[in-house]
Amino acid sequence: MKIIVCVKQVPDTWAEKRLDPATSRLDRASGDAVLNELDEYAVEEALRIAEATAGSVTVVTMGPERAAEALRKTLQMGADAAVHLLDERLAGSDAVGTSYALATLLAAREFDLVLLGSESTDARTSLLPAMLAERLGLPQMTFAAQVEVDPVARTVRIHRQTEAGYDVVEGSMPAVVSVVEKINEPRYPSFKGIMAAKKKPLETVSLADAGIDPEQVGGDHAWSAVVDFAQRPPRGAGVVVSDDGQAAHQLADFLAAEKLL
Amino acid sequence: MSSDQSSAGAKGPAKAAIDPLDFVDTRALLSGEERAITDTVRRFVDDKIVNRVGGWFENGEFPAREIAPQLGEIGLLGMHLDGFGCAGTNAVSYGQACLELEAGDSGLRSFVSVQGSLAMFPIRAYGSQEQCEQWLPPMATGSTIGCFGLTEPDSGSDPGSMRTRARRDGSDWILNGRKMWITNGSIADVAVVWAETDEGVRGFLVPSGTPGFGQYQIHQKMSLRASDTGELVLDDVRLPDAAVLPGVHGLRGPLSCLTEARFGILFGALGAARASYAAARSYAMERQQFGRPIAGFQLTQAKFASMVSALSQGTLLALHLGRMKDDGRLAPDHVSLGKMSNVRTALDICRLARTILGANGISLEYPVIRHMTNLESVLTYEGTEEVHALVVGKAVTGLDAFR
Repeated sequence: MKIIVCVKQVPDTWAEKRLDPATSRLDRASGDAVLNELDEYAVEEALRIAEATAGSVTVVTMGPERAAEALRKTLQMGADAAVHLLDERLAGSDAVGTSYALATLLAAREFDLVLLGSESTDARTSLLPAMLAERLGLPQMTFAAQVEVDPVARTVRIHRQTEAGYDVVEGSMPAVVSVVEKINEPRYPSFKGIMAAKKKPLETVSLADAGIDPEQVGGDHAWSAVVDFAQRPPRGAGVVVSDDGQAAHQLADFLAAEKLL
Repeated sequence: MSSDQSSAGAKGPAKAAIDPLDFVDTRALLSGEERAITDTVRRFVDDKIVNRVGGWFENGEFPAREIAPQLGEIGLLGMHLDGFGCAGTNAVSYGQACLELEAGDSGLRSFVSVQGSLAMFPIRAYGSQEQCEQWLPPMATGSTIGCFGLTEPDSGSDPGSMRTRARRDGSDWILNGRKMWITNGSIADVAVVWAETDEGVRGFLVPSGTPGFGQYQIHQKMSLRASDTGELVLDDVRLPDAAVLPGVHGLRGPLSCLTEARFGILFGALGAARASYAAARSYAMERQQFGRPIAGFQLTQAKFASMVSALSQGTLLALHLGRMKDDGRLAPDHVSLGKMSNVRTALDICRLARTILGANGISLEYPVIRHMTNLESVLTYEGTEEVHALVVGKAVTGLDAFR
């Protein structure tokens, strides 16, 4: 089976993030950048399926030059090839533009399955998998906590995580599947994998190479825009609850007021 | 999911914040591959070791059969060797891996040092093709565990005084003697035993279970408790000629192995230091006395400044020696200097860190006392601080003070 995994490089999940006041965009230079954690699970799942079906895994990203680091990490984990969609005109693309660009790139390639993390830790919209599936006209199977493929019947069956439990969803291949972290435990890149990654193909493509219309991507053509933003106010003084026999009630009231109960 | 790609370049990189755990940004000195290897080991140690090792230390155990295959899967065992299932990384990567392992525990790093540098290295360097094929692949995966027998009850810094002897008997060899303080000694499947012969010191591969070969665990240790330390007893052990390492005669054999392992230690010890410093730092930020965090007191800050300074210098020295090794310019004298200097540095950092934690500094709830007592072994094994000082002294004066 041929599997494509779409990944994103994001600011270090645990680092403090900063918006650039000039562009209202995330200041990506200010901290470490990492492979989006959920995408790591998607890569792991792709590797497992590929290992079980003698298949191959190609990883795709769209992002600035530095995003190649994220691709290299997936090659170290064991992916076979990587494609980097790199073009300054992509800067500032929203989910609509990103899904258009990736769908255009993917449509020209052969695959049985597209895997993605169900969200990125920076934008956290979970929009891309659905938009991508829609643009490609493929079954959309999101929030998968388990994926089973039947290469002969050419079907995919997932456990779609819900608040109450899970739904079993089946679709035909090719399909777009987004995964949640429950799905697996991503492997450590082994030293052999790390050493072998250098020799694996990492292809860089521009908008023109991929046949992507520059008028449909980038910040200037985005359907959504950041109008304003403000720093989160510093944490105020909390309420100290001392237990005079009523503390449990007070805590329960607080949790209910915050809609946590 | 906005993809807001900011084009870096015009305004130049933003001034990076200081990383308290890597004050002078030594990570910038690593290649992408070296960083990836470092990160893999750090993640493994964080996920699989840190939460359990205090318990192992307390109980005086190391679950080698459980952990070794995991180390093998990553590629840690014999990582700097070529072929026969080994990853074949450069020396800096090996050093970085040792550092991250020892940030977990010196016992874990000792396991990997012994397996890779003391057991696998001599087989790779001095073994026959058959010996390499038989032993190295399973040792690289961790299914076979090795140890290294040089030190004896009455022969430590002066290995030339060893009493273990091997004599020819037809085409066979007969070994007699005792080896002491052998890491992995009681659990090893194969021991690389160095013995005096009529033709100088030779290395022998002694499989576990060979008649006359006893492996016993040493108890009552107050250091490296999460590590197996054993005694090897050789009582008329008969070995075929195929068991001798054909490629080396004389003390050069075992000493070259120790140079390999020491190279890992001069990185590794800094891992123990970094972990202790990190624990002290986070403790001091939380711990309130006199109404404020103790990290805010001048004496505490002076300790941190001292620790960070020493740690930065040690790391730079290690990386520099690593580059020299990769360039083929590293002499055993350099390794002696690095081992002596960095282990001392690490021990001093751990002791300072321990004072910051007060009573908690002696609890296994925190890593500090464990690292500190572990380093008491690291200070004297693989060449004592004193002998390394004499090696350095000889190199700078040309006068041999101990032979």
